Amino acid sequence: MIENILINGLIHGGVYALLAVGFSLIFGVARIVNIAHTAFYMIAAYFIYTFSTRMGLHPLFAILFSIALVTAIGMVVYQLSIKPIQEHEITVLIVTIAVAMVFQEIVLLIYGGHFRGNPSLLTGFIQILGVRVSYQHLLTLIMVFFVLLLTWWILFKTRLGIAIRATAQDREVANLMGMNVNQVAMVTMGIAVMMAAIGGVLVAPLSVVEPYMWLHPLVMVLAIVVLGGLGSIKGSLAGAFILGFTETLVVFLIPLGAFLKGAFSLMIMIVVLLIRPEGLFGVAFEEER
Amino acid sequence: MVASLFSLRKIRLFLEKEIFILPSRTMAFFFCLGLLILPLFTKDPYLLRIIILSSIFAIFAASWDLLSGFTGQMNFGHALFFGVAAYTSAILNLRIGLPPWMTIPIGALAAVIAGLAIGIPCLRLRGPYLALATLAFPIILMGIVFTIPNITGGELGVSGLKPLASSRIASYYICVILMIGLGLVMWKIGDSKTGIIFHAIREDEVAVRASGINTTRYKLLAFSLSGFFAGLSGGLYTHFIRIAGPSTLEVSLSFQAIIWAIFGGVVTIYGPITGVFILYPLMEFLRILPEIRTLLFGLIVIIILLFMPEGLTTWIRDRMEEECPRCKVRNVVWRKTCRICFAEMGKKKTEGGENGA
Repeated sequence: MIENILINGLIHGGVYALLAVGFSLIFGVARIVNIAHTAFYMIAAYFIYTFSTRMGLHPLFAILFSIALVTAIGMVVYQLSIKPIQEHEITVLIVTIAVAMVFQEIVLLIYGGHFRGNPSLLTGFIQILGVRVSYQHLLTLIMVFFVLLLTWWILFKTRLGIAIRATAQDREVANLMGMNVNQVAMVTMGIAVMMAAIGGVLVAPLSVVEPYMWLHPLVMVLAIVVLGGLGSIKGSLAGAFILGFTETLVVFLIPLGAFLKGAFSLMIMIVVLLIRPEGLFGVAFEEER
Repeated sequence: MVASLFSLRKIRLFLEKEIFILPSRTMAFFFCLGLLILPLFTKDPYLLRIIILSSIFAIFAASWDLLSGFTGQMNFGHALFFGVAAYTSAILNLRIGLPPWMTIPIGALAAVIAGLAIGIPCLRLRGPYLALATLAFPIILMGIVFTIPNITGGELGVSGLKPLASSRIASYYICVILMIGLGLVMWKIGDSKTGIIFHAIREDEVAVRASGINTTRYKLLAFSLSGFFAGLSGGLYTHFIRIAGPSTLEVSLSFQAIIWAIFGGVVTIYGPITGVFILYPLMEFLRILPEIRTLLFGLIVIIILLFMPEGLTTWIRDRMEEECPRCKVRNVVWRKTCRICFAEMGKKKTEGGENGA
């Protein structure tokens, strides 16, 4: 029981962290509330289903192809549908909702609404301190950790990362300092979508793949980034693990918990917001004019 | 006789001076007139049903505009008002047996209470935080609805309610007249002194507070007004389709309201109404292509918004009318002088986007 909660919590939290950090990044840099973010996660899961189950590619290639393809799609979507109307913030929001809807419908058209399963990459399990952990779970955890580390490295140790953080802090000044803000936004979109795709690829073998699988993570990601403080990477990480564990605890411990898992996580978010309106790690917004 | 002639003259003058002077108002007038006389020509129940539902959702979308468009308090959980009112009126109707004309206002009041309940804690948040926090409430309520199925009917909802009226035509007139009336009321609110404060809060809340206006009170007022109108539409909806189910609380309904409103053009009231009356029938019409219906819907929304990022009606209005540079009253684009202050028109091109009023 406890070990199940621990492992499931870590995995949920990890996948949410991948999604939420990407969402936070793109919000911070381009001020886009990208509702379609988890739709990319959904199509990544479908790509890996197509490549590995239908076309019989080696899982490793399937994973790489899916991630690359989804990243490319994400950048194309950004160029075509978000960038032209970037000044109109709420219009961008609607367009991303519509983009998510379009993806969902395309997937429904091609694959139908059936629940699909994906085979695990690795089978078998390992005993850690007397707890059985399947290799697939272990792999997911390691991948999540690795990707988060890589993102941290990019953000804090490379010139690109400095550009991204500078743009997030102040777009205009970053532009004045000679950064190509639009390009930075586009690259950030690529990174964010890639993280979402990695999340989707990792989740595909662990749960069912279906066209509506983006909705629940979307709500959770929104809750996480608000809980942690919008645009704060640290906050997104903390929020993801807090809500990942909450969800798992509720499902395991409360009868009818599956209905309530969203409700509980969101209540935690609201309580945090009431105590700290800017989220756990957010900086209090100066009055924006 | 003389009195009636006099009042006829007054009506004619009113039409001439207030309505036919602006193309947008003329269009709105003929649109309402068309809706009112439509049942004389056709009694097709399917068509009437579409217009009834469009009217109900038009009230809903316009109430979103009143809160989020005018005051700028982005509400992503507008379905909360709709769902609370729907469930309240359904349960009152089924368990206590109150008639629809009582349950719908009571449901709307319940929605007002819900609006205050989320408004008071959420007013400390602003911008995207507020939007995302409000998104949470209908989802929480939906979780609660699912866990007490003996009261709420769980996934199936509360069914077997009394119909709105005995015949389809009567329901049609109730919904259409309410839509027109409430639309006018909301438009008037947006035009009133309160509405101006709402505008100001959206543009610059600090400045409003500095002018000695209690912005919290006005934001709460916006929350409760919007909740009231959305609640009315929720009650009408539940009595029209005679079931209150969890779909009234879904995230997609909240998003739907935002899509309708922004597609039509926010901060106008008539924009969201137009949006609903275009998009809802469109969605029904696309039933001929059931497979790709939602796909086409999404693509149409994206394409229109890429060309008219401020919404359809705002785009059309800016082609037909322009603001007087001196007194800011709207005029037909081909007038040489302003209709109120006779200032010369066309000197300054109004830059679209900075003021939606």
